[in-house]
Amino acid sequence: MREFIHHSSMSKVIINILAVLAIIFSIGVSVSYGATNIDLNTVWQAVFHFNPDLTSHQIIQELRLPRALSAALVGASLAVSGAIMQGMTRNPLASPSIMGVTDGAALALVMVLAFVPAVTTAGLVSSSFIGAGLAVALVFMVGSFSPGGLTPVKLALAGVAIATMLRSITSIFSLHFNLEREMGFWLAGGLSGTNWTSVNILLISGVVGLLIAVGISKSITVLSLGEDMATGLGQNNGIIKLFGVVAVLVLTGAAVSVAGVVGFVGLIVPHIVRFIVGTDYRWIVPTSILFGALLLVLADVVSRLINAPFETPVGAITSLIGVPFFLYLARSSGGGK
Amino acid sequence: MMNESAAKKTKKLSVIIFSLLILILIMFFVSLSTGAFQISPGDVVRTIFGNGTSQQELVLFQFRLPAIVLALLIGAGLAVSGAILQGITQNELADPGILGINTGAGLAVVLFMFFFSGQFAPGSTLAVFIMPVAALAGAIFAAFLIYVLAWKKGVNAIRLVLVGIGVNAGFSALLTIFQLRMDPQSFRQATVWLTGDIWNANWNFVLALLPWMLILIPVALYKAHSLNVMNLGDDVASGLGTSVESERRLLLLIAVALAGASVAAGGGIAFLGLVVPHIARKLMGPLHQYIIPVSVLVGALLLMVSDTIGKNLLAPTAIPVGIIVAILSAPYFVYLLMRTK
Repeated sequence: MREFIHHSSMSKVIINILAVLAIIFSIGVSVSYGATNIDLNTVWQAVFHFNPDLTSHQIIQELRLPRALSAALVGASLAVSGAIMQGMTRNPLASPSIMGVTDGAALALVMVLAFVPAVTTAGLVSSSFIGAGLAVALVFMVGSFSPGGLTPVKLALAGVAIATMLRSITSIFSLHFNLEREMGFWLAGGLSGTNWTSVNILLISGVVGLLIAVGISKSITVLSLGEDMATGLGQNNGIIKLFGVVAVLVLTGAAVSVAGVVGFVGLIVPHIVRFIVGTDYRWIVPTSILFGALLLVLADVVSRLINAPFETPVGAITSLIGVPFFLYLARSSGGGK
Repeated sequence: MMNESAAKKTKKLSVIIFSLLILILIMFFVSLSTGAFQISPGDVVRTIFGNGTSQQELVLFQFRLPAIVLALLIGAGLAVSGAILQGITQNELADPGILGINTGAGLAVVLFMFFFSGQFAPGSTLAVFIMPVAALAGAIFAAFLIYVLAWKKGVNAIRLVLVGIGVNAGFSALLTIFQLRMDPQSFRQATVWLTGDIWNANWNFVLALLPWMLILIPVALYKAHSLNVMNLGDDVASGLGTSVESERRLLLLIAVALAGASVAAGGGIAFLGLVVPHIARKLMGPLHQYIIPVSVLVGALLLMVSDTIGKNLLAPTAIPVGIIVAILSAPYFVYLLMRTK
């Protein structure tokens, strides 16, 4: 009951409202900052009173706005994937990049690009789903074949091994089919290629995935207390896990197909969120959406600032933010055993 | 009784070493004769004895032979490094690649290429001999960082591996950032090199690497007894009079130096140092005076075979050897993982 004292509903609502305001503000900053800086007033005008004759309005509508929105949606998708995975497996290190899901999606993408160069965007996105599914299946197989299941440490190690293997196969394809330049930046994670199509993909998959996530969030809370407890309470864990896996695949697959491999967002956001709003997934899921969006919009701004006028892959930025966090988790959760 | 079983072990060791040497010799000729420019095994022998065409001589002596010798040295170095790391951490999942030591060395080399590429022509003799030193500095820094971050009233084996994974990811991110600031040619070079490639192999690299291996591997073998004692656990080890921490630090330094030198010449080859000591242990049991020599040969063999596969699988595309090693050994790692508690 301590949670209730520390995390009253009122304060949670306030935190979420603040997060929404912060996202709007950082999207504004993201849109106004670039090769030519455009002041926030013009940004406002371009969004709400679009005038196609002005270059600055066109830059905003065609380039910067879709990019900032994609960043927000990718961040939200990855953060929710991480939250679902951590809740379902009760494993603090579970997340799309650690478990090799992003690398599975990457492999599927490079194969499609190699064999069907004229592939449509929809084809790319669905291959990304399939690849993500393959990687999840691999990790779960490892888990189900090992006695005692997957401890956090084993999961991290299995993920690293499977991710390395998938990435190696990806490299072979990109070397053989001369795709290494396309794949290089993409494997490092980046938002420079985003447009309104990306936003649409992310919106469709995002709505599906996030709705499932919100729908099962209560059951995930029960599941996170332990499988026996959940079964005892009359919950059908199989169905919940199935829905959870589908949500993870849809969200991660879409995010990877748009932005490449962006690591650590799915790992750190749910932890920060749990620290703020407590252990109830009905709060964790929506707050993760907001914090994930905020984190990636800001990381994307940093990725353009750090070495201007060149872009640094946003995946490198999120890794640099995420690593100290991972180390902290490794020291606290992996330490006792 | 003791003597009898020791004699049996020694006999088994010589049989295994002999078979491995035969295998290496066979693969050596296969590797020499295959590639973009085919040379029949008979011609290989003829060329070695000085009766080949000038083109065959050029391909064999200037390109293939240094690459193969380098593969043998790197494979041996990484394998012994892994064997030592697994011994001192009492952790059968330790490996210089997984722990981030390779990436640390890689980062140092990329920084070196980034800041000094103007001063030294790439592949020049001076650069070739300085690179292992830069890699060593990076490897030592990484090892130090991992050790300090994993320290919490002692170093727990699992925490060490987890911290290693994190440090590895951080170094990789820094690598990406620096790499993208390079000019396109160095970028490509660095990318291929980082995935593990015996690039630009020439005799200078062999000469630069050889002293490290010739000094460090025998020292490791000489310290095999300490490794055996450490494997029994820290309490037993200090009870038996081994000063655990100082021996551990010395051995760690040897392992790191071997990994650093190997990375300087061969790039980031992961999992080799993990898998080979396991194979050696399967063959010879837990004693390091047997594990280390067998690891040397198995590591050398595995890397040479992987290099040959990489060069021929999708010819004319040369696949970096690190990729082949990862695809061959990652499943074994997962298998090991499933068995450990």
